[in-house]
Amino acid sequence: MASDATAPMVAACPGCVAAPAAVPVDDLLPADGTVTLSLPRIHCAACISGVERVLEADPVVTSARVNLTQKRVQVATDGAADTEALIRRLAGAGFEAHELDSAVLVSGASDPVGRDLLMRLAVAGFAMMNIMLLSVAVWSGAEDATRDLFHWISAAIALPTIAFSAQPFFRSAWSSLRLGRLNMDVPISLAILLAPALSLYETMQSGPHAYFDAAVSLTFFLLGGRYLDHRTRAAARSAAEELAALEVPRATKIVGGVETVVPVETLAKGDLVLLRPGARCPVDGVVASGASELDRSFLTGEALPLAVAAGQDISAGDINLTGPLTVEVSAAGANTTLRRMADLVAVAERARGRYTSLADRAAQAYAPGVHLLALFAFLGWLWVSDGDVRLALNIAVAVLIITCPCALGLAVPAVMTAATGRLFRRGFLVKDGTALERLALVDTVVFDKTGTLTRGVPEFGDLSAHDAETLSVAAGLSAISSHPAARTLSATLVDRGVAPAPLEGAREVPGYGVEAYWSGMVVRLGRAGWAGCEDATDTVGGAATWLSLGGRVVAFPFADALRDGAAESVAALTALRIDVRLLSGDRPAPVADVAGRLGIGAWEAGLLPQEKADRIAALRASGHAVAMVGDGLNDTVALASADVSLSPASALDAARVASDIIILGNDLGALGDVVRTARAARSRIRENFALATAYNVVAVPVALLGFATPLAAAIAMSTSSVTVSLNALRLR
Amino acid sequence: MDVLVWLIPVSLFLGGLGLAAFFWALRTKQFDDPEGDARRILRDDYDDKPKE
Repeated sequence: MASDATAPMVAACPGCVAAPAAVPVDDLLPADGTVTLSLPRIHCAACISGVERVLEADPVVTSARVNLTQKRVQVATDGAADTEALIRRLAGAGFEAHELDSAVLVSGASDPVGRDLLMRLAVAGFAMMNIMLLSVAVWSGAEDATRDLFHWISAAIALPTIAFSAQPFFRSAWSSLRLGRLNMDVPISLAILLAPALSLYETMQSGPHAYFDAAVSLTFFLLGGRYLDHRTRAAARSAAEELAALEVPRATKIVGGVETVVPVETLAKGDLVLLRPGARCPVDGVVASGASELDRSFLTGEALPLAVAAGQDISAGDINLTGPLTVEVSAAGANTTLRRMADLVAVAERARGRYTSLADRAAQAYAPGVHLLALFAFLGWLWVSDGDVRLALNIAVAVLIITCPCALGLAVPAVMTAATGRLFRRGFLVKDGTALERLALVDTVVFDKTGTLTRGVPEFGDLSAHDAETLSVAAGLSAISSHPAARTLSATLVDRGVAPAPLEGAREVPGYGVEAYWSGMVVRLGRAGWAGCEDATDTVGGAATWLSLGGRVVAFPFADALRDGAAESVAALTALRIDVRLLSGDRPAPVADVAGRLGIGAWEAGLLPQEKADRIAALRASGHAVAMVGDGLNDTVALASADVSLSPASALDAARVASDIIILGNDLGALGDVVRTARAARSRIRENFALATAYNVVAVPVALLGFATPLAAAIAMSTSSVTVSLNALRLR
Repeated sequence: MDVLVWLIPVSLFLGGLGLAAFFWALRTKQFDDPEGDARRILRDDYDDKPKE
């Protein structure tokens, strides 16, 4: 068995396989010859000119422009550029670079919707300042012709401004009215339209009050809220897009012994694909030749690598660990296991049900109330004044303007901008607008094990039981291997100051282990069977690397290393009186071990993806609000069916898409802080609603009694907006 | 108060000038990389001509 596994001797030097010579990729470049690279570590002016100079030194590069805000560089080439070579060139100069898939980066550098909003905001701001200056003169006592002139000029500025700047509100109000619903934009649009119309009529009649300033400043403040909201979402979307774009869907196809790099979509059934050590399998298929070990933790949650040889199945998402494999494609693209899981996710998402955000709930209560109040004021004054339509209309419009949800329009976006900004600085990307509101209500957090609570990297236990000679040979052998367990063992031994034993004729046998001669004896390190041990199940969780040394077989048991901060976050969540659970697809022994180390009482092992989702559905049915934290394909359905879901940046693309919040760093420790921030954000939103209501409680009777003037409206509007924004800023 | 006939158009024109300048900045994509632009100005690499 071992002999035919060694047949493809390419694996003699795994380093060569992992970093192959440049392959032609010109057919992969976009037609315009631009490449986008992500530069996660650039931070200063020197980095900008450094990166640009390094890239432009390459003859094929026509120009390079760094965007420091997005930490990317756009490279324009004359068409023959090799992205790998550019990345190596940057790495040589000390800049870490990753290729971004330009097909995924749809929103690109400039954001047209944001620019459009900013333009409308600028026009409204300009108009508001000018009208306010004119209004100050009217408020301080301008009379007769001067007042009329100022009103006419205000009208000339205000009417075109409203026609241009308030379009987003009109569109949103119209689309909601067409569906027979009322949203916050309906009273806003009504106030913005009625106020200038009435003011125009009043100006024609030389009336004392005109509300042009109120209508325009309303537009300005509300557009400000709209812009903040958009910017928060755009920042999250572009960061999420960048994560997706980092995985360029390419495969190395073998045609007649020649390797070519092709996009994954072009692969068809029966093609041969080369899978290098460390690469994630892009297709479902059967191993045609080669032997290696697979990390299947994304699919099954199992932390232990699985040995594969020719003839065995391999699915998209598996990571190849030790030797190169040639895979015959049985399904690519939309037919892979990975994509089929997306259907299950869609079903689960429908079951999640729609969450009604606090803003929508406020609008549903608020919008009809405002309209009824204005109508009541109109009819009441019509009756009191014996049919003076002009007076009644004036008061009704004053009521509409005073009650216009200016502060309400700012209440949610201002809080969300402050909260997501704070979380982003701590390494959490909030993708969904209502995710924090939902997270604030959570009383149960369900964790996945492999890749979420653990790093998927082994950690060796106590090594002091072994004698110096054993450790020295183990250090020598493990230094040769590229297997993750061996690398960790090597690093652990080097840290302990163990000198590697001198070895001869060392070679790695993919899928089995490493072998060498030491003082004339054959020594082997690797799987139990390879090292000569028949019964390997009696160690802790069955996970160990075995060393055979002159007839002796020694086990080095290892366990999953916990992710940094995992213990702190479990403790913090428990302190917040949140019930922490562990659902894993791995075998019971390692799950029990991790649960024990973290102090999680409720755990289940060996769960299938649908079973995880069922457990969460059962928890939700019993009245709990559940947050799911997971990273693998086996978690995606569970992520989609939970009330709110989080996943680490290392997660599979499908899992990241299904989750609301992405943990960007390697540290889980701040998870308790995220929940605290979410709860704080929710209470700030409620406070803001209360503040806005309090202003209305004072101002509405004044308006109803007919004492409201344009000055009073302007003061009420700006103070309530400023109060609400300041309250939101307390979150930072 | 005759001065108003001049002052109001002049102030509107000046304000409009500012607005036009903002539009120009927006259209020439000067808000795409605020952080990078703030730092580029500190380097003398671009003294002769700005980076395309």
